[in-house]
Amino acid sequence: MRNSIGTSETSMNGTSLDGALLKVENLRIAFRTDEGQIQAVDGVDLTAQTGRTLGIVGESGSGKSVSTHAIMRLLPGTAVIHPDSSIQFRRKDGTVVEITQLAPTGREMRAIRGGEIAMIFQEPMATFSPVYTIGNHIMEAILAHEEVSKQEARERAIHLLDRVGIANPSRRVDQYPFELSGGMRQRAMIAVALSANPSLLIADEPTTALDVTIQAQILALMRELQEEMGMAILFITHDLGVISQIAHDVVVMYLGQIMERGTVREVIKEAKHPYTQNLLQAIPRLESLGQRLHAIGGRIPSPMERPPGCPFHTRCPQAMPGVCDKAFPETTHFSPTHEVNCFLYEGS
Amino acid sequence: MPAEHHPLLEVENLKVYFPIRAGWLGRVHGHVKAVDGVSFTIHKGETLGLVGESGSGKTTTGRSILRAIPPTEGRVTFHVNGQAVDVTGLRGRELRNFRRHMQMIFQDPYSSLNPRMTVRDIIAEPLVANGMVRNKREVDERVRETAALCQLSLEHLRRFPHAFSGGQRQRIGIARALVANPEFIVCDETVSALDVSIQAEILNLLMDLQEQLGVTYLFIAHDLSVVAHISDRVAVMYLGQIVELAPTKSLFYTPKHPYTEALLSAIPEVDPDQTMRHIPLEGEIPNPANPPAGCRFHTRCPYVADICRSQVPAWQEVAPEHFVACHFAEELTLTGVGGPQNASA
Repeated sequence: MRNSIGTSETSMNGTSLDGALLKVENLRIAFRTDEGQIQAVDGVDLTAQTGRTLGIVGESGSGKSVSTHAIMRLLPGTAVIHPDSSIQFRRKDGTVVEITQLAPTGREMRAIRGGEIAMIFQEPMATFSPVYTIGNHIMEAILAHEEVSKQEARERAIHLLDRVGIANPSRRVDQYPFELSGGMRQRAMIAVALSANPSLLIADEPTTALDVTIQAQILALMRELQEEMGMAILFITHDLGVISQIAHDVVVMYLGQIMERGTVREVIKEAKHPYTQNLLQAIPRLESLGQRLHAIGGRIPSPMERPPGCPFHTRCPQAMPGVCDKAFPETTHFSPTHEVNCFLYEGS
Repeated sequence: MPAEHHPLLEVENLKVYFPIRAGWLGRVHGHVKAVDGVSFTIHKGETLGLVGESGSGKTTTGRSILRAIPPTEGRVTFHVNGQAVDVTGLRGRELRNFRRHMQMIFQDPYSSLNPRMTVRDIIAEPLVANGMVRNKREVDERVRETAALCQLSLEHLRRFPHAFSGGQRQRIGIARALVANPEFIVCDETVSALDVSIQAEILNLLMDLQEQLGVTYLFIAHDLSVVAHISDRVAVMYLGQIVELAPTKSLFYTPKHPYTEALLSAIPEVDPDQTMRHIPLEGEIPNPANPPAGCRFHTRCPYVADICRSQVPAWQEVAPEHFVACHFAEELTLTGVGGPQNASA
């Protein structure tokens, strides 16, 4: 069967995973529309390491959600993944699969999705069916990936609810999603995601709709679970505060391309790319109350009209005419982990 | 910041109860006390921030001041043109005529604009609805003026809302709120749905407009840093009541209520070296149909004592203009956030 596909078969430059759990290389995704192709993601590289959290920061249209949906093969039918793109994932049995080569609804992809790569979303109400109890959802996830009895699955469900901090789990297991508060639903969704003990958890803005107090609790819970279970996390958010508190490594995306990457300290405290710097200056800080905010001029271009060259040049205060609008800049390394794609540093 | 304090709006003991109906006959079985005895004053030209978790009643407070939701009890007095008008007592035509003094900007710029109307017609609607203009030329003039204030071009006015990005739509919403020249605007989560880079622009615009026009804001939001940034004073709501009200810096740097302290501790710092010292609150916000006795926060308060379970704390001024309802406001030393003393160099 397919699960014997090796690392070298489809990987472009023949590199192996180097101990990483997931390696996304040159990911390019286009959407077919009536008005032609829209390039939503254009040449993105990502690496997920066991036990570490990679924060993916970006505003609307940055391609951060589309990229992670591609990893789960959950893209709509109009999406086209470029044949040169590679998504390598190490399965629990040690074999490495090329996810782009799998059929999205095939047996192997279904075993990986939910079983080895799980996902949590911003809106838990959209994840849960209103006519099934919380217990039904978790048991379904367990029974889909493991051969256990219903009774055992139910006990595991109760244990999981308890583990994610839901009080009175043996009563909650028989309740319907609408009977839980927003924060508890988010916990229940995490329980569903963790039910099959995934090695990679993709969290797509999981705390954006929550109150700060609940957000802080969920972030603490995720850190705790990561320590205990050792999974890798891809954490998507637009909130630089949340990123600072949860991520080990960060990539900053803009219009489908990566502007800057590094450890969280490098990106937040020593930001090099003008986009990252401007983004950090645009957020209100408690140390500088009442001062005028630094707004990035212009607006995010629609993916239909992607600017040529560096996509940020239309709003960049340091844009160099004739340079930034011609080609996408090469990568400059500031440290083994800190990389920037910007002409300001090219050749330095 | 206004030089002298002229009250524009006085809210006294505002209550909004929603009936809970059940059974075949729909009998009233109780009330959800969404807003339960809220009092505050907003001065002319200032911004009062209103924060709290979902379910604390902040949106309901804003809407009932505008009479979009009828208040159950209490008084809202509006000082306009040297007269004091009791908004809660207005009826029918009087109320409709008064609405031009108070407007609202909503959270979702996508659903608050009618997709079948041109931007010009959307902005002009309050003028027409209030009968403030005599002819089309006057409407056009006023709409253009307001659009220019909100940095919308003439060409934008002919288009439909779908052609605009989130930030531009929010400008349209702001222009619509301003066109009738109101004294008071309720901003309910106005920038929450916007991208970070766009949010800064809209906040700057709101602050510029206040400086130019002297308009007064009630700014409701769950993002504490945003509220801190735009507000002169901030009120913290919990379970339908205000627990603390103070000038922004005083509230953030030296909070006096344990709930405020817990809220502030949950703000994720944009600095990986400052790990959160989050004070976890036990459980979640209690049911507003059956609020706890005594201090409403006692079920989750880390400093709870016996007196809190039985006696309602008094509303007291513990520092200049710093009001709080806590039995131990004078004794507790609570931790705030930010401030020049904590700022990294």
